[in-house]
Amino acid sequence: MSLSKDTIREEFSLLKKHPTLHYLDSAATSLKPQCVIDAMNEYYAEYSSNVHRGLYDLSERATTAYEEARKTVAKFINAKSEREIIFTSGTTHSINLVALGWARHVLKQGDEIIIPLLEHHSNMVPWQMLAKEIGAKIVYWEPRKDGTLDPTDINKYLSRSTKLLAITHISNVLGTLTPLKQIIQKAFSCGVKVLVDAAQSVSRIPIDVQLLDCDFLAFSGHKAYGPTGIGVLYVKEKHYDNMKPVFGGGGMIREVTTAHTTFNDTPHKFEAGTPPIAEAIGLARALQFIKKLGLSAIHSHEKALTNLCLKELNIIEGIKIIGPAKENLHESIISFTINGVHAHDIATLLNEKNIAVRAGHHCCMPLMKWLGVAATTRASFGIYNTEDDVYALADGIKNVRKTFKL
Amino acid sequence: MYSDLIIDLSKNPLNKRIIKQATNTHSGANITCGDHVRMYVLLNKDNKISDCSFEGEGCAICIATSSLITEYAKNKSVAEVLSWTEQNIFEFLEAEIGASRIKCALLPLEVIHGALKEK
Repeated sequence: MSLSKDTIREEFSLLKKHPTLHYLDSAATSLKPQCVIDAMNEYYAEYSSNVHRGLYDLSERATTAYEEARKTVAKFINAKSEREIIFTSGTTHSINLVALGWARHVLKQGDEIIIPLLEHHSNMVPWQMLAKEIGAKIVYWEPRKDGTLDPTDINKYLSRSTKLLAITHISNVLGTLTPLKQIIQKAFSCGVKVLVDAAQSVSRIPIDVQLLDCDFLAFSGHKAYGPTGIGVLYVKEKHYDNMKPVFGGGGMIREVTTAHTTFNDTPHKFEAGTPPIAEAIGLARALQFIKKLGLSAIHSHEKALTNLCLKELNIIEGIKIIGPAKENLHESIISFTINGVHAHDIATLLNEKNIAVRAGHHCCMPLMKWLGVAATTRASFGIYNTEDDVYALADGIKNVRKTFKL
Repeated sequence: MYSDLIIDLSKNPLNKRIIKQATNTHSGANITCGDHVRMYVLLNKDNKISDCSFEGEGCAICIATSSLITEYAKNKSVAEVLSWTEQNIFEFLEAEIGASRIKCALLPLEVIHGALKEK
């Protein structure tokens, strides 16, 4: 499989159904290749049954597929063992699980959590809620003027009370890549644990959790060519010692009496209830799809489109790129504003030309406030995008300015 | 949807000013898009609207609707303006606004209703 325009788009039936669509909203959710849909349909049509404890062939097949999916995820991010992989419903669930299952038992009153102002609400609100509950303090890391995070700046925020850094790998608004390795090294030298939000990066940047040496890493399936309703939480195995289940119920127990419950082994004790079986199978298929294409091929394809887009947008009068204006500093995401036109008007007018973008605060209201804008329009790329999509966007924006008589 | 009427009103809004002696005022916002509108109404003794204006920021739909509402409300009774629904807004705008943007058009209507319900 290659990234040539004709073959890759063939994999996505949605694009075949909407041949004139310019889908530029992969940062919100990526389209799903047919192989992912087929893998999930196969489960539903051929071996749909509940996992674990079913003493019949179909259940055994479902259990094997579900647990194989866990191994596929573990390999994809180079976890030491599949025991370090918890299936969740998405990034938000994963981060909340760290907040409620680990941090709530480890952090104490007066402890500090560092959060860059770039963070998505899903990596901010759970920490605000926890901080309020246990009397911890949130310390907000202000990015450089262009929105980038400089590793040396963390020294300003680290204190003896810092216990956790919760940080994004790629900003979902600016598209900037966090220099994680240097930041994590600095955090570790102060004994600070690190949670990485990899929602925007897992489908385009190789992630090796052992090399990064992060403590927790979260991502969603649906932004990585997989289904909705499934996410991953990687937990460095030693942290299980201080982690307690948040949800109780079936699957997470070993024995229940009227007086007492003993829990199942990790990671199962964090997966109460029937898990998202079809979704886990779909996610594993999506990760295999990515692997087959090759992350470096995906990255260079998206990078070329992003750089072309920056070049095209930068020459349009009245347009302002949010974040670094320079090429190469955006990872498949470009947010912009147009003088004199509200972001929602831009998105509606682009929709009239069959261009799907997102407009608003992108679940980053504190970042918007820091940037001094009410809303931005965001274009984001996936492996199926082409230069045609970039030129359509540039023409669409010129049409917006014409409609607004600018 | 983006007729000349909407574009022109968004660029040169009507009644975008403060009425210092307003008898009724009210504010509202669509947090998700950052639109915010404040309405000023001056009622006379007969409970009729003798002047109406707005302040605020928002998208073209929101600003055009605010312009038209404040214009059409002048010399109307409180009861009549309170009876306005989204259908009246579509007539003012000479366009129907789809589901994805209806909130932008309804914000000014909610705000003027809020102002008129103030005692």
